[in-house]
Amino acid sequence: MATIELTNPADALEAFRKEAAAWLAENFPKTLVGKENVLATVEGEAKADPDAKAWKKAMGEKGWGTPTWPKEYGGGGLSFKEARVLQEEMGKVGAWNPIGGMGVMMLGPTLLEFASEEQKKRHIPLICRGEIRWCQGYSEPGAGSDLASLQTKCEDKGDHYLINGQKTWTSGGQWADWCFALVRTDTSKKHEGISFILLDMKTPGVEVKPIRMISGTSPFCETFFTDVKVPKENLVGELGQGWTIGKRLLQHERTNLSGGGSMSRGQGPSLSDIAKHYVGVDSEGRIADAELRTKIIKHEMEAKAFGLTARRVMAESKSGGVSLASSILKNVGARITQERAELTLEIMGMNGLGWEGDGFNAAELGATRGWLWGKAVSIYGGTTEIQNNVVAKRILGMLDHQ
Amino acid sequence: MAVLNEEQTMLRDMAREWSKNESPVSAFRKVRDAGEAIGFDPAAFAAQAEMGWTGVIIPEAYGGSDFGYLSLGLVLEETGRTLTASPLGATALAATSALLLGGSEAQKEAWLPKIATGETIAALAVDEGPRHDPSKIEAKAEKSGDGWVLSGEKAFVAEGDSAHLFIVAAQTGEGVGLFVVPGDAAGITRKSRNMVDARSHAAVSFDGVTLGGDALIGSADGADLLDQVLDRARAGVAAEMLGMAVQAFEDTLAYLKTREQFGEILSRFQALQHRMAVQFTQIELMRSAVEGALEAIDAGRDDIAELVSLSKATACDTLHLVSREMIQLHGGIGMTDEHHAGFYIKRARILENAWGNASFHRERYARLRGY
Repeated sequence: MATIELTNPADALEAFRKEAAAWLAENFPKTLVGKENVLATVEGEAKADPDAKAWKKAMGEKGWGTPTWPKEYGGGGLSFKEARVLQEEMGKVGAWNPIGGMGVMMLGPTLLEFASEEQKKRHIPLICRGEIRWCQGYSEPGAGSDLASLQTKCEDKGDHYLINGQKTWTSGGQWADWCFALVRTDTSKKHEGISFILLDMKTPGVEVKPIRMISGTSPFCETFFTDVKVPKENLVGELGQGWTIGKRLLQHERTNLSGGGSMSRGQGPSLSDIAKHYVGVDSEGRIADAELRTKIIKHEMEAKAFGLTARRVMAESKSGGVSLASSILKNVGARITQERAELTLEIMGMNGLGWEGDGFNAAELGATRGWLWGKAVSIYGGTTEIQNNVVAKRILGMLDHQ
Repeated sequence: MAVLNEEQTMLRDMAREWSKNESPVSAFRKVRDAGEAIGFDPAAFAAQAEMGWTGVIIPEAYGGSDFGYLSLGLVLEETGRTLTASPLGATALAATSALLLGGSEAQKEAWLPKIATGETIAALAVDEGPRHDPSKIEAKAEKSGDGWVLSGEKAFVAEGDSAHLFIVAAQTGEGVGLFVVPGDAAGITRKSRNMVDARSHAAVSFDGVTLGGDALIGSADGADLLDQVLDRARAGVAAEMLGMAVQAFEDTLAYLKTREQFGEILSRFQALQHRMAVQFTQIELMRSAVEGALEAIDAGRDDIAELVSLSKATACDTLHLVSREMIQLHGGIGMTDEHHAGFYIKRARILENAWGNASFHRERYARLRGY
């Protein structure tokens, strides 16, 4: 009888649920409920909270911060179903994932696919334990949408590579320990002349300068490389394979960034509640400004359709196929995020345009900064225009007129 | 472009030259970085007054040039191009209009000459909440002997930090009246607000301010007067927005003509060409509406309200579009504080709210047209 029970998948999943719940009860400090700081995975913890440290260590050692990654490299080794159960159990007790950042979102999956065994063993466990923060060295001042025109030079000097050039929009560059970068190893070929390399940000010759954004924050940097020596073992994949690897990584980025649309779902008060508060209602309880009401309806219905699309994409990709609809997620997500921000401002009127100081509550100041920051969503990780090119060319087969 | 007479052409050209040479966007950046509550450079405003711009709509008898609203609109358009931080629109157009339209001879004599020289900065204080709504005025002016006692809170008063004179809308018991209130009167408290456009939008409270009987402008039931004053203020803001839209558009166009990606300058990409063509189209419509409203005011026509709401609604929609496209088409560089695209979108949203957003004016247009 016992063997039959163990081979029943539903029972095995229930057993895992119990295991997860028990482990969480033992390891997740109750003091951390509601204290999630998503930026900590990029910027580092603001101050050393011993509970947060212990929680990160526990999750890191268990590998559950990267639940589906292989156990041999420090991941959780869980199936997708088990990972979902873990997430549900975490949700029940208010636990959050302390492991994240670009290493988890972008580099890890790419290394699993392309890196050598030595590279995987060296870098992935550190990502799983959240011990190393990674930044991305892709864009350059002259290479934005046309990323493949990048110029940062990487020369073979026999026993090492020598890197010279400038990157920009290096996310979290001022806090990062390591950088994954696209560099030019061959100037005679555009795409095939690009390689993918890993480098320690503490290497002599690496300089970072934070860029102040219109929102007042500086989450990006300009990064300068002057005669930076990089060991040869840091090349990922083959020489000249960087464009293939880098593009694959961008897919992970876009999948994650399209989650921007999630900002429009279910967090905090709805737009209609905010509008009722600031604008008031008519005798039938409708938002008093008829046009604003229509705009909110339009927005919320589009957000709903976006949610359904995201779900459909997930279902279709699970059943093995690549969903064509995945190509629209980033653009629609960006549009919804920005529209929500603009509508929030419109609703709040002048209260939504405060910069700092007295006269504005935290939600209002947050709306202002969020609105400004949100303008980046349709620019970073492939602009809306580039995404539309991808749809037109790769999906619809509409080629350039020349 | 409206057909301009010789004086208007000269005035516009002068304003354009001055803005370009003496008040470029870098001048606004200095004001922003200085972080002063008044939100403008007094020397720049003094220069504007010196050139007579503070007296453009004021009759010659009171020290002005009586060139009219279209002329002042041309100046505001040109100074708006470079985001010139100045109380010019607030004092020389909005507040001045209240005195011109409803003021007694004594009130005009007392204030217009000083406004014309720039010695007095006047500000219009109407709204009490974050969204423009003249139907929600709760400030009260109560009769007391021969005079009045004024109490209430005014929100986001443009140039409220520097104003020497407030024109305040308050309930009189018979309706809404407008009052002339010297800025140094006892009982006035100003609180600066730090806003995205780095300009002055003060919270001003009037706590039992004692006023003489001569403080009331026009009648105690002055809702019509308020409406007319607001329409002039709206037309002025729309002119500033026109200048901003034109300059934001021109800067974006220039960028597309220089930035190269994929071995081509961006302006060769048809998808971007069409985006620019759409903006050009909207700006042309905006110009017609903005100039049309100013001309209607100068001619004293009976469709001023309609044209002003058309003007402000069109200005809001167009500048909204152009300010968003400015950032998107500049890409990452437009997201940096070092670039000026952010200045335009921040000021744009403030002016979209000023004296009624697009929804407010479409609703008003519908009511004026009887549907």
